[in-house]
Amino acid sequence: MSSATLPLNSRTDAAVPPPDARSATQEARWVQWTLIGVALLFLTLFLFVPLVTVFVEAFKKGVDVYLAAITDDDAVSAIKLTLLAAGISVPLNLVFGIAAAWAIAKFDFRGKNLLLTLIDLPFSVSPVIAGLIYVLVFGLQGWFGEWLRDHDLKIIFAVPGIVLATVFVTFPFIARELIPLMQAQGQEQEEAARVLGASGWQIFWRVTLPNVKWALLYGVILCNARAMGEFGAVSVVSGHIRGETNTMPLHIEILYNEYQFAAAFAVASLLAGLALVTLVLKFIVEQRMKRDIQLAGESA
Amino acid sequence: MILSRTLLRRHSVLPGFDIALGFTLLYISLIVLIPLSAAFLKSFTLTWPQFWEAVSSPRVVASYRLTFGASFGAALINAVFGLLVAWVLVRYSFPGRRLVDALVDLPFALPTAVAGIALTAIYAHNGWIGQWLPFKVSFTPLGVFVALTFIGLPFVVRTVQPVLEDLHKELEEAAATLGASRWQTFSRVILPILMPALLTGFALAFARALGEYGSVIFIAGNMPMVSEITPLLIITKLEQYDYAGATAIAVVMLVMSFVMLLCINLLQAWTRKRQGK
Repeated sequence: MSSATLPLNSRTDAAVPPPDARSATQEARWVQWTLIGVALLFLTLFLFVPLVTVFVEAFKKGVDVYLAAITDDDAVSAIKLTLLAAGISVPLNLVFGIAAAWAIAKFDFRGKNLLLTLIDLPFSVSPVIAGLIYVLVFGLQGWFGEWLRDHDLKIIFAVPGIVLATVFVTFPFIARELIPLMQAQGQEQEEAARVLGASGWQIFWRVTLPNVKWALLYGVILCNARAMGEFGAVSVVSGHIRGETNTMPLHIEILYNEYQFAAAFAVASLLAGLALVTLVLKFIVEQRMKRDIQLAGESA
Repeated sequence: MILSRTLLRRHSVLPGFDIALGFTLLYISLIVLIPLSAAFLKSFTLTWPQFWEAVSSPRVVASYRLTFGASFGAALINAVFGLLVAWVLVRYSFPGRRLVDALVDLPFALPTAVAGIALTAIYAHNGWIGQWLPFKVSFTPLGVFVALTFIGLPFVVRTVQPVLEDLHKELEEAAATLGASRWQTFSRVILPILMPALLTGFALAFARALGEYGSVIFIAGNMPMVSEITPLLIITKLEQYDYAGATAIAVVMLVMSFVMLLCINLLQAWTRKRQGK
């Protein structure tokens, strides 16, 4: 997960050797091709075939079945709910990520390492447990269960629970992209702006944000992909009410368990498409970040 | 104000510390800490013998064995092949290398439910790959292993790759000059340098696999005692309204996750030290 936070040094390409000579730090040709072949075979079996399968299975019964599956009322309401959950949880975690990164990267305070560990915590908790803890707090037998029932409020088996579970599982994404970058950038530029009389907001909008915009976008892309695809946590708190509390991944499960395979894969193909778009955007943003780092290196 | 006076080690001219840290602490408490503490407090409503019975009944123990075994096996496979993939991507050039490099992150981007149904279809007895295999994969513990291998795949590649890119060619040249074969150079010079990153990747993949649910339940068959993973057991207990039982198992898993998190943090510190950063 931390690929973007690790240093993005450019490769040190050695000079191209003459075609048939092999330098002492290279393997024989046949070794190279064998290793490439084995690696690609492994990736094909575990990555490429599953990806292709989704689309092949989705169109197996024809375009009509595909279109019917993704325009079905329950599917449309699942798509809307998925967009809603991501639309709420991504901005919330964005604000949190910026606040946490500002405090951690720009100030020196006690308990910083503990806070860093706590921010990473949701990544190490099983999604199922993420759902369970909200049931324990807001469910009918939970801490606020009776109070919520008396006030006719529903969180578990309703949309708020789905949003909460989604916020939990996507909690660290943006913060962990911003924190290491802002730590590496230090606070001299912000301090200079302050001394020249800039207000806090001016510093943030004109100095900090331009410096971290690609990392921020990177975090948002990853956060969104996970928010739309989350299954385990949402499954526990959803209650699986068709047309009401089903997100796209849950709708896929229902279709699949009803042996409507083509329909299940049709909805799945939308999410697989989202995954591909995510990878493309991620690739573009990574290139931008690399370029910015190189430019910064040249001007320094 | 209180935050900056009590916590700040050094005065700063920059504004916004109180509100930024205050919001961070409030948000993390509401979303993560208070709900997580609910799990521990709920498990305290059980007496010790009740708790022990809930977390050590034969069906639960069988699920631990499967979850840990399959996660460990998948992480091990990913350590071997992840190292190979990272090596091939960094060292060799071949057509489509950049495309392959970008696609390695697919398991991070593809929703687990989608991965689950796709893998089930492929490895079923009449599936693209399943039909060529002499043994069953889908709906067996082996299926669990396949799903966990898929979701853990990028971790080792992405932790080893940057270390490999930073590796100084001089070390290998020195080894070659001193008469080492290519294999000796790899096993005695390169591999020890990669080891902390490799272990970190292994631990990350293992930790992720322990809690995985979405991709596994489709392919596992979910037979009690045979192919039932621990997270599924938590859901089963919840559906039977056995909240205390579900929570007891969840607490065991949480403690495991925290131990893994600690290990990963130590490994990462070791990696940084090795790289001199």
